[in-house]
Amino acid sequence: MTWNSEFALSILPDLLRGLWITIQATMAAITIALVLGLVVAVVRYLRIPVLSQVFGFFVLFIRGTPLLVQAYAAFFILPHYGIVLSALVTGIIVLGINYSAYTAEVYRAGIEDVAKGQWEAATALSLPGRPTWTRIVLPQAVRSIVPMLGNYWIQMFKDSAILSVITVAEVLYVGQTIGGSEFRFLEPLTIVGLLFLAVSYPAAVLIRRLERRLAISR
Amino acid sequence: MISFDDVDKSWGPNHVLKKLNFHVKPAEKVSIIGPSGSGKTTILRILMTLENPDEGIVTVDGDELWNVERGRRIRRETTQMKLTRRKIGMVFQQFNLFPHLSAIQNVMEAPIQVLGMSKNEAHERAKGLLDTVGLGEHLDHKPPKLSGGQQQRVAIARAMAMRPKVMLFDEVTSALDPELVGDVLDVIRDLATSTDMTMLLVTHEMRFAEEISDRVVMFDGGVAVEQGPPQKIFQDPDNERTRRFLKAVLEH
Repeated sequence: MTWNSEFALSILPDLLRGLWITIQATMAAITIALVLGLVVAVVRYLRIPVLSQVFGFFVLFIRGTPLLVQAYAAFFILPHYGIVLSALVTGIIVLGINYSAYTAEVYRAGIEDVAKGQWEAATALSLPGRPTWTRIVLPQAVRSIVPMLGNYWIQMFKDSAILSVITVAEVLYVGQTIGGSEFRFLEPLTIVGLLFLAVSYPAAVLIRRLERRLAISR
Repeated sequence: MISFDDVDKSWGPNHVLKKLNFHVKPAEKVSIIGPSGSGKTTILRILMTLENPDEGIVTVDGDELWNVERGRRIRRETTQMKLTRRKIGMVFQQFNLFPHLSAIQNVMEAPIQVLGMSKNEAHERAKGLLDTVGLGEHLDHKPPKLSGGQQQRVAIARAMAMRPKVMLFDEVTSALDPELVGDVLDVIRDLATSTDMTMLLVTHEMRFAEEISDRVVMFDGGVAVEQGPPQKIFQDPDNERTRRFLKAVLEH
């Protein structure tokens, strides 16, 4: 099988559309993961009864089962319980919830990294709980974990390819479909790989730079 | 202003406060001295609600801050505790400034969040206080850019911004390079002479304690072994342990 540039060029627009879906799905899912992960981390840090245990089990469960299984389960089982969502929305939710279990642990590490004296200073100033979290603890906690969260974001971007199994029309799905109907996999899959690289590599460089800047300003 | 009645506190086998009875009058400046691990800092931390006593009653300005029996709080009035706590300010050995906020933001934070002040008002008050402690030129510097002595003076300004009736100083010069101690002590001396705040200092600066205190309390093994006017304690202590302690710290 030799590389056919003409064919490659002809399928590029479709693949780029697929990449755009991939990027949108990742952006939406990382937003879920960042918000939900923070909620889980704070609830577990505060040891809020019941909720804390529920989230603890949630993290254990999510981290202990494959993303692929979670995606299948959500796609094939939820509709039986009357929850009918599009493949894309299902994919975004699965990816977001899956990663929230990991970001929660990252947040927790960041929160625990904040010096005890910061909490004591907040108490000594009579700062109530909310400003203590939003103004004192979280800004410091997040600063130290931005690179880690960034790496999860890149990893999620690549993992989003798994959503092809539940028919989300992201870039790998498009590539596979083209390959299947044209009986040529070389060009579509090569381009899919290159497109992933074209996004993830600059993102990694960006995060490394951000990491350096944060290290200096600290 | 402050009263400890039969206050007990243990850390595992370490009995740091033994049925402590300790009272401070309004506007009184009291220095607490003694060997490390003698429970001095615990007194301040209980007042700041950073530590809870196991037994006893602690009141501040007539209101109960703690009322506990066998570690259980009797009559849980947490709102009362919060309101009483606002009358108290504390300066820590390690400064504990918020490193991501500038000097002036450090001072403005509590007046805005707790007293509901406007940004302008809080800025005004913070600037005034930072001027007083000699940091008028460093309003926008973040703590890591300041020396230890400067950080500690910001911390004093930050505590003062809440206009506390009681100020607690917990070995505030212990973490400083010797040449920076003087500036911080000058600020505290000013506060001691120019305000009617009640001040409680845990300190190893014996000469400073002698100079500014109305009363010095010698702590050892969880009890106040001796207390009195600074001249009496430093020149002519009655207690053998006080004498030995002072001899050890003043000799070097």
